[in-house]
Amino acid sequence: MTNVQTKANATAVPDAGLNVPKRRRRLHPALVIAAGAVLVVALTYVLPPFRNYQLATTGAYLCVTAGLTVLTGLNGQLSLGHGALMATGAYTLALTQNKWVNLPLSFAVAILVTTAAGAVIGLAAARLRGPYLAGLTLAVAIVVPSVTSTFDETFNSDQGLSVILNPPPETIPMERWQAWLCWGAALVVVLLLALLIRGRFGRDLRAVRDDETAAKLAGINIARTQVLAFVVSAVCAGVSGALFAVLAQSVSPGAFPLTLSLFLVMAIVIGGLGSLFGALWGAVLLVVLPTLAQSVGEQTGSQQLEGNLALVVFGVVLVVVMLAAPGGLASIPSRISRLIRRNR
Amino acid sequence: MKRTATAALAVVLLATAGCTSEGGGSGSSGASVPGVTDSEIVVGTHMPLTGPAAAGYSKIAPATKAYFDYVNANGGVHGRKISYKIKDDGYNPANTQTVVRELVLQDKVFAILNGLGTPTHTGVLDFLKTNRVPDLFVASGSRSWNQPDKYPGTFGFNPDYTVEGKILGTYVKENLAGKKTCFLGQDDDFGRDSLAGIEKILGPVAAKESYVTSNPNVGPQMGALKAAGCEVVVLATVPGFTALSIGTAAKIAFKPQFVVSNVGADPTTVGKTLGAAAPLMEGLVAANYLPLNNDDANPWIQLFKKVNAAHNGNAEFDNNVVYGMSVGYLFVQALQAAGKDLTRDKIIEAVQKNGFQGPGSVPLRFSAQDHSGYGGEQLTKIQGGKAVYFGTPYTTDDKDGPVAPYTGQPVAPPQSGVPAA
Amino acid sequence: MDRFIYLTFDGLSRGLVYAAFALALVLIWRAARIVNFAQGSMAVAAVYVAYSVTNATGSYWLGFVVALLAGLLLGVLVERVVMRFVDHSSPLNGVVVALGLVLVLQGTLGIIYGNEYQPVETPFSRDAFEVGGIAMLSRYDLFVFAAVGTVVVVLTLLFTRTAIGLRMRAAAFAPDVSRLLGVSVGGMLTLGWALAAAVGSLAGMLVVPTELGVHPTAMDVVFVSAFTAAVVGGLDSPIGAVVGGLIVGLLLSYVSGYIDVTVAPMAILALLVLVLLGKPGGLFSSSKARVA
Repeated sequence: MTNVQTKANATAVPDAGLNVPKRRRRLHPALVIAAGAVLVVALTYVLPPFRNYQLATTGAYLCVTAGLTVLTGLNGQLSLGHGALMATGAYTLALTQNKWVNLPLSFAVAILVTTAAGAVIGLAAARLRGPYLAGLTLAVAIVVPSVTSTFDETFNSDQGLSVILNPPPETIPMERWQAWLCWGAALVVVLLLALLIRGRFGRDLRAVRDDETAAKLAGINIARTQVLAFVVSAVCAGVSGALFAVLAQSVSPGAFPLTLSLFLVMAIVIGGLGSLFGALWGAVLLVVLPTLAQSVGEQTGSQQLEGNLALVVFGVVLVVVMLAAPGGLASIPSRISRLIRRNR
Repeated sequence: MKRTATAALAVVLLATAGCTSEGGGSGSSGASVPGVTDSEIVVGTHMPLTGPAAAGYSKIAPATKAYFDYVNANGGVHGRKISYKIKDDGYNPANTQTVVRELVLQDKVFAILNGLGTPTHTGVLDFLKTNRVPDLFVASGSRSWNQPDKYPGTFGFNPDYTVEGKILGTYVKENLAGKKTCFLGQDDDFGRDSLAGIEKILGPVAAKESYVTSNPNVGPQMGALKAAGCEVVVLATVPGFTALSIGTAAKIAFKPQFVVSNVGADPTTVGKTLGAAAPLMEGLVAANYLPLNNDDANPWIQLFKKVNAAHNGNAEFDNNVVYGMSVGYLFVQALQAAGKDLTRDKIIEAVQKNGFQGPGSVPLRFSAQDHSGYGGEQLTKIQGGKAVYFGTPYTTDDKDGPVAPYTGQPVAPPQSGVPAA
Repeated sequence: MDRFIYLTFDGLSRGLVYAAFALALVLIWRAARIVNFAQGSMAVAAVYVAYSVTNATGSYWLGFVVALLAGLLLGVLVERVVMRFVDHSSPLNGVVVALGLVLVLQGTLGIIYGNEYQPVETPFSRDAFEVGGIAMLSRYDLFVFAAVGTVVVVLTLLFTRTAIGLRMRAAAFAPDVSRLLGVSVGGMLTLGWALAAAVGSLAGMLVVPTELGVHPTAMDVVFVSAFTAAVVGGLDSPIGAVVGGLIVGLLLSYVSGYIDVTVAPMAILALLVLVLLGKPGGLFSSSKARVA
């Protein structure tokens, strides 16, 4: 009885953004991305250095949120362990970089290693559903500090590793270079994802999410689709982690705590599940909300308020958005336009 | 259409975020030194104010700020008032990255002062070096801060953990000779350097265990130490884990002599965590290099208590407050020594020149070749719930140098409570 | 040998706390199909209430009772004010709202009590009895055994022997039919949340004094272990929760004792992988559970 019910419910996951078949003519993703690239480059010349750094952070977050929203929103697999996959990418980059000091090579190795990690977890995940998958990925998330301190010869325990980087060309300020690097990667990731989910693979993903039995009847290999989805999103997380390693010039388990994994899920849900624009919103929120809340806390001048107020604000926003607009921020424009149309 | 609108909105949001907070750094008119005007010096720090590591440590930066407020109320330094920006990083290195960049790039601070934590602060060393920001008196005993060639602007404050380990080891060797000595330490530089120092004096310990802060259960470790028949246990632990270790040991009827690192030995913080079991701390041996919070006869404590009452909302006066104010005092000394025409190079020069005399019972080691902080400690013992000093202070180095008694006399603070130029 | 005995009792004592906490998760999962990620923070809130009451009155037991009542009340509030309005079209929504509650609760507790560990008393001594020179277990461990045992017995009786228990089960498994038969499904849901939150608070009261003390994030690690226990046992099975809790408690104790504490999370992951690959719905699942 309950099983039937949940399955029926699953079909009603709120769709928003790219995955909705539109009657309107759609812009080709490449055009959107090109526009995005122009915009980002323009922004990096307008913004002061710290804002450029935040912009870079947003780009790095976008990689992982975009991948996660495809996995969770389009394929229905909930992962609470993407922070650990980011850590995998970050540590791989750090180790490779410290050995050969070759950034493109390090990124390539980071991608390879997270592909493998994603495949392993994905194979296990494909057998699991709902909270059981959540439980497994949660355990993956908390295993990071354990691994780094058990093999501390390689990973240097809680203290982590610093990352050797060649400085950018003299003429480009550090923060602008960081923003370009992160957004270059993010836009490529988003473009590939957008192309991927437009095609047959995207249809398979949604079919598996909506009704496994029907998908099977339609000849879709369910396990393969799920593992692939996991691998794709793991690679995105790996790229993101590698970017963070470059941004921070260091990696340590403390930078990839359980809360990061949870915040990622919250971000894509608030942004709008399954939508790449929602992923952008999520990435922006991950950067902007803590900063805003902290500055509010600072203005009130209270010690106890300062860090805690940020938590409360983030939590309240989360609950309110979920109760008022379960489709996330990305669905708000369409909600508004629907309202306007209704009033006309 | 809808998507274009969303994207546009996102851009607007980012751009406004960029513009609204622009005002912060516009103060520096004329002068080219970031964070310094004729009337103000802006410095910043990163601290865990929230999260599991905040216990005790969250009181340090407010105490430093309180001391600065006291100095400001007495006319400031060379006519400038010190403004101290405290950022919470929750002991998460990723947050440290962000808040330190915000301090340097956005708030345009003159220097980073007393940033707390080894894993957190390690990550920003390169950034601070690239931006030539003085990185003064890091709140941790890691030896990483002492790399003048690699990080010319970074200076430590705490005695490093190896120095401390050697001094604790000497105590064990002289007073508890022949007893089976074991070790429990945090699984990072803190634990490792500490153990290295102890073993330099005592040779290999009988048993060693480690813990990670993410797992608040030391039952298995204490069980193993008991099984190994340890009679002395040296702890390189943060305050919460000191309490946990002592409490857990008592639970399994294991009562060795505990010898504890200064970082984890503040009786107020540890006692609070132990609660009703606080009497278990009786007889605990630790070490310190600053005046103790309950030593009311000490002129430094009298000064700091006065400041605490006037500018810190009379916060509970524990050793974290003493620590925070001592850092503030040292920074003001450095500012005075750097002179009226303050620049970043000048303050680094002033710190390297050293010669500071302050609340510490041993000298600071600063020189052009050495950027590590205090060079020794004096042992303390908990009697009647309070820590008291005994013996003489010792100094040593992090290599194989001898552990030698230090005979210099302590100094009293100036009448005004503000170091003179 | 004495080490083995000590580790076993230590593991059992902690395992029972995980079991109680996992039971609370299972109760809510069965009633509302939500994994209550806010369980840990709700329990911490109740422990803080006990802390305030005990400090004000000097009575541990008054604080203990008030904590359980506060847990009940918090459960009712969370269900009535927030969870009831969650859009259930995606199973994720409940998870995310619960995570939001975690932030709100942790932040609020931090603002009220500060981010310091506050000591919490135990009502009984934690000094272990020694039998033939071997430390066995303490009075406090016995108290934990008794408290969790009572909860298990009371819940079993409630669900199998009373009319209200029958109604709660019916409302969870067949809401529409129950409604037709005059069962207040909403009321049963609220009751389920209240009960679960009270059991979670009990677990919090039992475990917090054995760790660093009460802190807004004090139950995070316990939550992960208990969630693992519930998943290993099977989220639909109360027996599974108890067995899972004991397995996780013992595993953690042995691994930390004989190998190293840092290995413990990896042992948890290995346990989960082994159990879930064999039985994707947990040890005590019926075969259908896989589809959920």
